[in-house]
Amino acid sequence: MSTGNPAAVEKLSRREYVLAQRELRRKKMFALALVVPLLLFLFFAFVAPIGTMLYRGVYNPVVAELIPDTLQALEQWEGQTLPDDAVLNRLALDLKRLAQTRKSGKLAEEINRHWPGASSVIKSTARRMKRQTDEALLNGGADMIRVANKKWQRVEIWRAIKKAGQVYTDGYYLTALDLERNADGDIQQRESAQIYIKLYQKTLWMALVITFSCLLLGYPLAYYLANAPSKTANLMMILVLLPFWTSLLVRTTAWIALLQTNGVVNSTLMALKIINQPIEMLYTEFSTIIAMTHILLPFMVLPLFSVMKGIDPSLMRAAQSMGAKPISAFISVYLPNTLPGLSAGALLVFIISVGYYITPALVGGTDGQMISNIIAFHMQQSNNWGLAATLGSLLLVLILALYWIYDHFIGASNIKLG
Amino acid sequence: MARASYPAYYTFWHILGEYALKLSAWLVLFFLILPILVIIPLSFNAEPFFSFTQGMLQLDPEAYSLRWYQGIVENDNWLLAIKNSFFIGIFATLIATTLGTLAAIGLSSDDMPFKRAIMALLLSPMIVPLIIIAAGMFFFYTKFSLAGSYLGLIIAHAALGVPFVIITVTATLSNFNRSLYYAGLSLGASPIRTFFDVVVPLIRPGVISGAMFAFVTSFDEVVVVLFLAGPGQRTIPRQMFSGLREQINPTILAVATLLILVSVLFLLALELLRRRSEKMRGLDDTTR
Amino acid sequence: MTLKHLSTAAALSVLFASQTFAAEMTVVSFGGAYGAAQKKHMLDPYTAETGTKLLFEDYSGGIAEIKAQVEAGNIQWDVVDIEVIDLERACSEGLLEVIDPATFPKGADGAAPLDDFIPSAVANECGVGNIVWTIIYAYNEETVGDNKPLSINDFFDTAKIPGKRAMRKRPQVNLEWALIADGVARDQVYEVLSTDEGQAQAFAKLDTIKGDIVWFDSWSQVPQLLNDGGATLGQSANGRIFSAIKEDNKPFQMVWDAHIYDLDVWSIVKGSKNKDLAMDFIKFATGTKPLSGMPDVAYGPTRKSSMALVDPAVVPDLPTSHLDEGLKADGIFWADYGESLGEKFNEWLLK
Repeated sequence: MSTGNPAAVEKLSRREYVLAQRELRRKKMFALALVVPLLLFLFFAFVAPIGTMLYRGVYNPVVAELIPDTLQALEQWEGQTLPDDAVLNRLALDLKRLAQTRKSGKLAEEINRHWPGASSVIKSTARRMKRQTDEALLNGGADMIRVANKKWQRVEIWRAIKKAGQVYTDGYYLTALDLERNADGDIQQRESAQIYIKLYQKTLWMALVITFSCLLLGYPLAYYLANAPSKTANLMMILVLLPFWTSLLVRTTAWIALLQTNGVVNSTLMALKIINQPIEMLYTEFSTIIAMTHILLPFMVLPLFSVMKGIDPSLMRAAQSMGAKPISAFISVYLPNTLPGLSAGALLVFIISVGYYITPALVGGTDGQMISNIIAFHMQQSNNWGLAATLGSLLLVLILALYWIYDHFIGASNIKLG
Repeated sequence: MARASYPAYYTFWHILGEYALKLSAWLVLFFLILPILVIIPLSFNAEPFFSFTQGMLQLDPEAYSLRWYQGIVENDNWLLAIKNSFFIGIFATLIATTLGTLAAIGLSSDDMPFKRAIMALLLSPMIVPLIIIAAGMFFFYTKFSLAGSYLGLIIAHAALGVPFVIITVTATLSNFNRSLYYAGLSLGASPIRTFFDVVVPLIRPGVISGAMFAFVTSFDEVVVVLFLAGPGQRTIPRQMFSGLREQINPTILAVATLLILVSVLFLLALELLRRRSEKMRGLDDTTR
Repeated sequence: MTLKHLSTAAALSVLFASQTFAAEMTVVSFGGAYGAAQKKHMLDPYTAETGTKLLFEDYSGGIAEIKAQVEAGNIQWDVVDIEVIDLERACSEGLLEVIDPATFPKGADGAAPLDDFIPSAVANECGVGNIVWTIIYAYNEETVGDNKPLSINDFFDTAKIPGKRAMRKRPQVNLEWALIADGVARDQVYEVLSTDEGQAQAFAKLDTIKGDIVWFDSWSQVPQLLNDGGATLGQSANGRIFSAIKEDNKPFQMVWDAHIYDLDVWSIVKGSKNKDLAMDFIKFATGTKPLSGMPDVAYGPTRKSSMALVDPAVVPDLPTSHLDEGLKADGIFWADYGESLGEKFNEWLLK
C-alpha cells in the first residue's frame, strides 16, 4: 500500500513511479513545513542563546580593548624577567586614561582573575597616575609605577596582564577544570585551590543520593499504586500528582517552614521530648537533598507506575506458587520487568537534579550548593561571565550525554507527565 | 477475615510483608503531601513568622488572622507580579501551543525526515538546566534589547513550554486514527477544512492539556525571570524567590496557599480532560 | 481554541499590558523597616506631588547587580540607595552618573545646600547622602544566657557566649571586626588590612568562629534570626534592631562597641533612561523634610536643617551619638581592595 514499499514500486510504471516519488516528497515537505516555524523559533529563542554562551567561554576582548598600547608593547616580552621601562611608561599612560574615563575598575577586575591581589595594585596605581601629565608619564611613568606599588616588581602581575589580554582564550576552561598554565606555558594543576572539580563531584554525588532516595521511596509507592484496588489507587494518584502540579517555590517554601530552627519538625520533636535543643537542618546539604527528593519523587513514581501497571500480577504468584521465596521471586521475576520504568525514572531524576538551581539556592546554605549555584554566582555576584559560561558549557556537555543515553534507550518522547 | 483472601501458599511473613508495603506506600504519600498541607494553616498566622505559635496549637481564634492575605491585596508589588505572571503566561502559552501543535502534527507523520533528531531537539528545553538557558538568554537577548522586556520573557517562556505541548499532542496523535483524515479528504473537503473539522476536535484534549502544561511552566518559572526580567516584569515566583531570600514573612505563605488552590483546580481540569479523551478513544475503538 | 477565545485572551492581555506599562521609574533600596520609612517619607510624597509612578525594588547591597546591568547595557534600575563602602568603588568603575549637590534645594532654614549637608554626604561626586547609619551587633535577651556580651571581643568569644553568630556574607565589616577583636587599634585597621599579613590575621580570627556563623544576605533577615533562635548574636544595621525593639517589642539589645558607621547615598545608575527624573527624585528625597523622617528607624539625617524636625527622644539611638565608640568605614580602601578581598573571602568560605 504505502508508497515507500519497494515491492509495490516495482510494479509501477516509470511515470507512476515518478508521480509516487513526487507525492512522497510533497508529503515530506508538508510535514517539514509544519515543523519549520517551531524550529526557527527555537533556534532564535533557545539554540542561539546557548551558542552565545559557549562562545563567551572562549572570547574575551575586554582587556585588549582597555589597554591596547600596553599589550602591543608587551608582545615582544618573553615573560621571564620584568618588562623594560618603555612598557611601564605605556602602562602608566593607559592607566591614567582609564582612571579618567572610570574604567580602571574593569581592568583591575579582569587582571585580578589571573592574579588575585592585582585589583588593589591596579586601582591604587591608576588613582595616582590620574594626577600626572602625559609628558611626565611618557618619560618617567615607569618610576612612578614602581613607587606606587611594590607588587609591580613581581613578574606574575605582568604575566597576568599579558594573559588577560588574549582575545581568544582557553583560560576559562582551564580555570573551570582547576588547571592553569605555568610560566613556561604548560598546563598544570592549579596550586591555589581545587574548587570546581570538587564541586562537580559533589553535585554528581548529591544527584546520585537524590536519585537513590527517590528510587527507595518511589518503588514501593509505585508498586502499591499499580496493585491497589482502583478506587484507592485513584485517590493515591491524586496525592502524587498534587505536589507535581504545585509550584516549585511553594514546595521549597514548605520545606523552609518545616526545617527551620523554630520550624514544624524541630518544635514537634521538642514537644515530644525527643530532643532538647533544635537541630540545625535548614541551610545544609541535608535540607537540599530532602527537599529535592520531595520535588523530584513524582518523576520517579510516574514511569515506574506505568511499567508496573503493565506487569501481569499472576507472574509473581506463579513464581511463588512454584516455591520461590518472595524475595528471590521479586529479584528474579518482578524487578527485571520493571527495569525500563526504573531506568527511565532514575535517569530523568538524575538529569534534572544535576542542573538544579532554585532549591539549593534557597535551602542549601553554604554547604548545600551545587554547580548551578556557582554558575549563578559568577553571573550575578562576581560578574565573571566567561567562567560562568565555561562552567555552564561543561555542565551542558554532561547533561547532553545523559540526555543522549536517555533518548537512545528510553526515547525522549516517552517522558511521563502524569 | 482478611486472611481468607490470600492465596493458600501465603505464610505469616507474606502477610506481614504486604502490610509493611502498604504502610510504606502510605508513609511516602504522607511525605509527599504533608509539606504542602502544613503551609495552609501557617498562612493564617497572626504573628509575622513561619512557625506555629502556642495560640495556633490551642486553636485560639486570636492566633489566626487574614492579615497576610490582606497584605497581598495592599501591596503594589504583589499585584503587579500577579498581573505579569498571567500576562506573560497567556502569551507564552499561545505561542508554544500554536507552534508546538503544528510541529507535533508534522512529527507524527510517517514521512517526517530526521524525526528522532528533531524530536530530541524540540524536547531539549525541558532537559537543559535552566541556569544554562537563563545565562545564554541573558547574553543573547541583551543584544536585541529583549532583556528587561515583556516580549523577551514571553519568547523565553514559550520556548520552555514547547516540549510539553509536543509530548501531549504527539501522545494524542499516536492514538489518532489517521484514516479519518483521509476520509475527510476523500469526501472532497480541503486539507485545511479537514484539519479544522476532523483533526482539531480529536486532538483538542491533548492540545488543551499541553497548553495547561505550558502555562504552568511559565507561571512557575523563576530562573529565567531572575536573569531576564526588569523590576517592572516581576512575576509571582520571582517575588516569592526574593522574599524567601530577603525577608521571610507569611505573605509568601498566603501566596503559596493561593497557588496550591490554583494547582488543585488545574489538576481537576486535567483529570476531566483525561476522562473525556479516554471516552473519545473508547468511541474510536467501537467504530473500528 | 476558537477565534473568539483568542480575541478575548488578546483583549485581556492588552488590558493587563496597559496597566503594567504605567510604571515610570525604578528606585532600589534595602527593604524592611528602612525601606518602609523611605516609602513613607520620600517615595509616596514624591508620587503625590509629581504624579510620577515609582517602582520600589529591594536589593541587599553590593555593586554586582548594578555592574551586570551597566556591562550588559541592560539598565533596569534608575535610582539606587548605595552604601558609601560600595559607592567609591561603583563610582571609580564608571557605574554611576555624576551628581552636583550644589544644584540641590536649600535647607528649610535657608542654608545653602553645600553648607546644609554634612561634609561626608557630598564628598563623592556620584551620590548625595541620605542617612548616617551604622553596623552593630545585637542579641536576644531571652536566648543569650546569663553572660551578656559587651564588646566586640565577646562576639568572637564562643566560650563566653556560646551560640550562632549571624554575619553578612561579604568581607566588609567582618574583616574590620576580626582585626579589632584580635587587638588591632581601631585607627590602624585599614592600614593593617592592606597588607597580606593583616589579611591573613583577619581570616585567622574569623576561622576561630567559622563553625558558629550563620551567613545572611539581607539585613532584614537578622531580626528573624534573633527572634526564632537561628542566631544568638547578629550583626545588623542599627535601624533594623531599633525598629524590632520599638515596633515589635522584641527583647533585643544592641552592642555599640566597635560599630562601623557609614553613610547611605542616593545615586543614579549610569545610562539610566530616566536620568533627569532620577535627579529630580533625589533632589526631593534629600530635602529637609523627607530626611527628617529617617530617624523613625534610628538613622541620622544628612542635612543639619533636618535635625530641628527630629524627635529629641530618638537622638540617643542615632549613630551620631556613638561616634567615639565606632570606626568610620573606609570607602577608598574598599574601592581598592573590595575585589581581591571579596575573592579571598569567597575562597575562605568554600574551604
